[in-house]
Amino acid sequence: MKSHNYPGRLFIVEGIDGSGKSTQIDLLYKWLAGRGYNVFFSEWNSSALVKSTTRMGKKKQMFTPTTFSLIHATDFADRMENRIIPLLKAGVIVLADRYAFTAFARDVARGVPRNWVRNLYDFAVKPDLAFYFRVPLEVSIERILSGRAQIKYYEAGMDIGLSDDVRESFRIFQSRIMGEYDSMTPEFDFTVLDGSLSIEEQQMEMRRLTQVVLDNSPELLPAPEAHLQGIPGVNL
Amino acid sequence: MSQIRFYGEGLPTIHTGELPGKLIVIEGPDGVGRSTQVAMLQQWLEKQGHAVSNTGLSRSPLTQPGLDAAKEGHTLGRTTFSLFYATDFADRLENQIIPALKAGFYVLSDRYFYSICARDIVRGADPNWVRNVYGFALVPDMVLYLKVDLPNLIYRVVNARGFNYWEAGLDMGLSDNLYDSFCEYQTRIMAQFEKMAPEYGFTVLDANRDPEIIQEELRAEIARVIG
Repeated sequence: MKSHNYPGRLFIVEGIDGSGKSTQIDLLYKWLAGRGYNVFFSEWNSSALVKSTTRMGKKKQMFTPTTFSLIHATDFADRMENRIIPLLKAGVIVLADRYAFTAFARDVARGVPRNWVRNLYDFAVKPDLAFYFRVPLEVSIERILSGRAQIKYYEAGMDIGLSDDVRESFRIFQSRIMGEYDSMTPEFDFTVLDGSLSIEEQQMEMRRLTQVVLDNSPELLPAPEAHLQGIPGVNL
Repeated sequence: MSQIRFYGEGLPTIHTGELPGKLIVIEGPDGVGRSTQVAMLQQWLEKQGHAVSNTGLSRSPLTQPGLDAAKEGHTLGRTTFSLFYATDFADRLENQIIPALKAGFYVLSDRYFYSICARDIVRGADPNWVRNVYGFALVPDMVLYLKVDLPNLIYRVVNARGFNYWEAGLDMGLSDNLYDSFCEYQTRIMAQFEKMAPEYGFTVLDANRDPEIIQEELRAEIARVIG
């Protein structure tokens, strides 16, 4: 994955479902915005252009591993071309909840060839920091299974027939995904955070590491003061 | 088709085995007369008792609504465009072409991913990247490429449906009018086909002649290779 030379900075979080990564990046976002930085947040699978296709395909269970992989790459490409890259060029801090690595982990867990999916995402730039929230499989599964009534079909990997039981399928699928994340850690320089520490401890470590990068980012775009006014929960 | 072969690592859903059908691809630039030729070939094959599935680059049920909406606006980036079409192609390959081949059909494909590659590459996509994206594509039994000179292509387009926005590549900003844009765009597309012809083993047919003569040659080629 190619490094970028843009004035902006890119921070991303990865981890299996229930690893706590979304909570952490949300806290990081509020912390940065509250300190007057120009921050943009991008979520996996959120391109307005592609979302309707993905939603229909999931609802009607129309995806194969290959089309599932391709539609998510399309979604990512749209966000990359229309949001992430232009904003990095402008000097904005971009935070992403999941990045290409999610596809590398999930799609490969579905049987898609490793090299093929890496080639698909060849246009992605290397994040300045990629946080991998690592939690024991049982912890994340417990969080998901106790928190939500129903696990979704593709989330559980039901499409590849691992098990007829949704919970069992989810377990097997998540463990495969975790295996992929672990083997990607050296390949893509993940910063591993221990997801079994307290939320506060993890957040402090995340802020510390982020700050080190920002201290070496002289060309960030400053945010106008007015930007701070509308953010809930921010004390100026 | 006999043994399944892919250009790259293939599809996770199908590994090895045999497909009893035949995959015959007709390629060529927009307006060369592909669909007319395909319709005639279908009749000819059916007369001989072959079941024929006629597929083209029309949208798949999965991607049609999204692609149509995306093309309405002008926000589709180059890579997004490429990948959306790759999704569309993969969906048709897995849900139409392969099932038909499994059932022993002759599949006549009006264009294949080569057209999409050409379109992507003239818009600036990296040729190797695009080729690797289509590593999941099945190698056809034969690819018949209808090669035409630009003046003849213009003659056909003018006398049939006329110039349109996408076939003229007007999105690329090559020119401010349809005619000049069409000439430049299709010239570039055909140059890409020329590069792909030896690489992918196209059977090249001179499509500057009468449609009846082209049809005869297509039939002869198909009969020669497939029997």
